[in-house]
Amino acid sequence: MVVPKICGIETEYGIIVRGAEGTNPVSASSTLVNAYVESLARSDAPSQPPPVRWDFEDESPGNDARGHVTRATYAPEVETHLVNAVLVNGSRYYVDHAHPELATPECRTALDVLRYDLAGEQILIESMAQARGWLAPDLEIVVYKNNSDGKGQSYGCHENYLLDRSLPFGQLVTAATAHFVSRAIYCGAGKVGAESPGGRADDECFQITQRADFFEEPVGLETTLRRPIVNTRDEPHADATRFRRLHVIIGDANMSEIATLLKVGTTALWFAAVEAGRADRTFTFADPVAAFRAVSRDLSLAVPLQLDDGSTITALDLQWELLRMCTEHAELDGLDAVGADVGDEVLQRWEYVLNTLEADPMRLADQVDWIAKYRLVSAYRDRHHLPWGDARLRAMDLQYHDLRPERSLARRIGLATRIDPADVAAAVRRPPVDTRAWFRGECLRRFADQIVSANWDSLVFDTGAKSLQRVPMMDPSKGTRDQVGALLDGCADSAELVAALRA
Amino acid sequence: MPERELKRKPTADRRADEQIDDLPQSTESGTRIKAELDDLLDEIDDVLETNAEDFVKSYVQKGGE
Repeated sequence: MVVPKICGIETEYGIIVRGAEGTNPVSASSTLVNAYVESLARSDAPSQPPPVRWDFEDESPGNDARGHVTRATYAPEVETHLVNAVLVNGSRYYVDHAHPELATPECRTALDVLRYDLAGEQILIESMAQARGWLAPDLEIVVYKNNSDGKGQSYGCHENYLLDRSLPFGQLVTAATAHFVSRAIYCGAGKVGAESPGGRADDECFQITQRADFFEEPVGLETTLRRPIVNTRDEPHADATRFRRLHVIIGDANMSEIATLLKVGTTALWFAAVEAGRADRTFTFADPVAAFRAVSRDLSLAVPLQLDDGSTITALDLQWELLRMCTEHAELDGLDAVGADVGDEVLQRWEYVLNTLEADPMRLADQVDWIAKYRLVSAYRDRHHLPWGDARLRAMDLQYHDLRPERSLARRIGLATRIDPADVAAAVRRPPVDTRAWFRGECLRRFADQIVSANWDSLVFDTGAKSLQRVPMMDPSKGTRDQVGALLDGCADSAELVAALRA
Repeated sequence: MPERELKRKPTADRRADEQIDDLPQSTESGTRIKAELDDLLDEIDDVLETNAEDFVKSYVQKGGE
């Protein structure tokens, strides 16, 4: 059965403190998030209430989709509980390990994910500005939307997709791996040089992805060690008898709006096609990890990837096959699961990008991050006759992802845009209207002082009654403006809301 | 059979010079960036971190996720 492809992105940002040596990234991240949250509390605007803390009840990141619970492997990576805010647009903004992280609200389409990912960037930009008031004048916190420090440390940009629990997990792994390895040719953010986990491996190259160097297993539960292409964390944040949330850790963080749209859009479409039974061909790599690395190192897009039946296929040809199956799915089943208009746009853009990758990849320098970065860095390299290992080229790589508008090379390049800046600004202040994020965000906006805590699948109210009132939200599709807008409008406070919901 | 056929171009006339039809696209940056690459390279030394070596060396992150 095809379930609505509710989706979202969680981005961990790189962070430095300019002007200081040896700063603690945990306190820098805390300062950044706190500065933003405090600025909301100071604001007089009624749409920006005081912060509500995150509720960790029911979180179970150690559950494995393959059926067992492995606390031991999860133990070393308990999340930092120091700073954790839920925002009125339904996002979660917090410190994870040693990075600021922003998780978008649950969205109904890839276009909404893009909108809220951009809203997240604006929140980080505003946080940098607010943090200046918290630091000595010669210090500045700067964040980078990338995935590696170039020295063997990586941090993630994770995607999440709602799936039908009844889809056999093995089938899902095969389908997911085929796409994750090959989609890199238009989703990759590009990187100067190569790393190994914990170190630098090679200076004299340019790679398509930031992340391929860090993936060591085909399937697994970990996210910080021996990273797997398909992550098995089984934490649906929803009714576990009906839904699975596939937690995708393999992607690069994208600066290009079109790349984010394609990354989420093609992945949501492909999973919908698989659920609909339209995956009429399967592709199983002989060695998925080696295939992913080969794709990342092959700027010609021609490297043959070994399949377990003895044949080979290029990433580009594999993408054509996935597009064909998704197109058939659209014809036969419709595109309701991914949003009809967005699904159609994604199909068109997907086809365009594959055709252009075949004909002349450099023509995608305004849409595909690795191509934009490669074009810029290699032109600079040619002009100054530099080796790939030159620090200026590595600095350009990092600065491509600098979120400061005046310093960001991605912004200077003039990438194609898809979302109007006014819509991004609106997405900072309001949740998406068509998922449960609407209920979360609107309750926060209206009743923040009566909410004790919030998380993905519940809100806890202090209505003034003897005990706290937990309102569960176990279906991500429910709690939309259409469903509960009038009800919320009719409630003066949380006591009335809880009573109305129980009536 | 699906009604919508993929317009995969034969290799001989694979030219990606057509614009995507019917797609919302708020900038025509494709042509703009081409003209601006030289300008961008001219100004990039002003935008780049003044000491690239120190900057790259000091950009150290802890692993995340």
